Amino acid sequence: MWNYEKRLQYPVNIKTPNAKTAQFIMSQYGGPDGEAAASMRYLSQRFTMPNRVAMGTLNDIGTEELAHMEIIATIVHQLTRNLSMEEIENSGLGPYYIDHTDAIWPQAAGGIPFNACEFQSKGDPITDLFENMAAEQKARSTYDNILRVVKDPDVADPIRFLRAREVVHFQRFGETLRFVQEELDSRNFYAFNPSFDMPAKCSCDCPCRK
Amino acid sequence: MNECKKSKEALMHTINEISFAVNDMTLYLDTHPEDKKAMEFLRCKLQERKEAMKEYARYYGPLTIDTVDENGSCFWNWVMQPWPWE
Repeated sequence: MWNYEKRLQYPVNIKTPNAKTAQFIMSQYGGPDGEAAASMRYLSQRFTMPNRVAMGTLNDIGTEELAHMEIIATIVHQLTRNLSMEEIENSGLGPYYIDHTDAIWPQAAGGIPFNACEFQSKGDPITDLFENMAAEQKARSTYDNILRVVKDPDVADPIRFLRAREVVHFQRFGETLRFVQEELDSRNFYAFNPSFDMPAKCSCDCPCRK
Repeated sequence: MNECKKSKEALMHTINEISFAVNDMTLYLDTHPEDKKAMEFLRCKLQERKEAMKEYARYYGPLTIDTVDENGSCFWNWVMQPWPWE
């Protein structure tokens, strides 16, 4: 269950609109390595994690990603406020404007709509956690690419915050992966799916099994 | 400290009921912000919810991060309590 907090996780106050920058940054809303895919990935995967540490990490990072979607949407919204028709046409935002005016809609920078195929939920925690670590790095690379083209400090500042969170999430997923692997049989390290082939571990109430 | 401690299931049931009242009144008040009777009802439910969440956290583990500290445990209870889909 979720409750809303009427604030951004990191403040966004953009004074100068910029259609071109908006078009780049909207990729982190609904693009291949965007926050929507991140949130849906973790909140879907958490159901088949083999222990509560993994479930909790996915739950809490998946929740934070919802807040990141909101930050990106705010950046895009503030960058597209009060644009002239001329700016929209000259910046390349024209096709987006025709379909969505200045609304927020999940798509990649290149116009490809958001698609659940941007992420997997495989039901195997080793598979899923490796995907998540890769996903955090891909998002970090995208933020690096954005920071190379963004000059406005009002935009770069929250983007730097989001980039730093990708690094933290990568670290936490790495620790979660190690925790899950340590529970596996060392002679059969990668050969089975610990959630599906050994379901008894899923419902273990004792976190202190050694 | 509480003489009539509710069972885990009963307390969760109470929290579900109160919380739904809060959710539903939120929607109603969004479009009827002047309704004083509704506002009074919500105020009452919010207080009940706050107390029930505290009580649950104290005896059975936290349901929110804001109540994690209620039982005074030095152990991170949040992640080790059952998740709702288990």
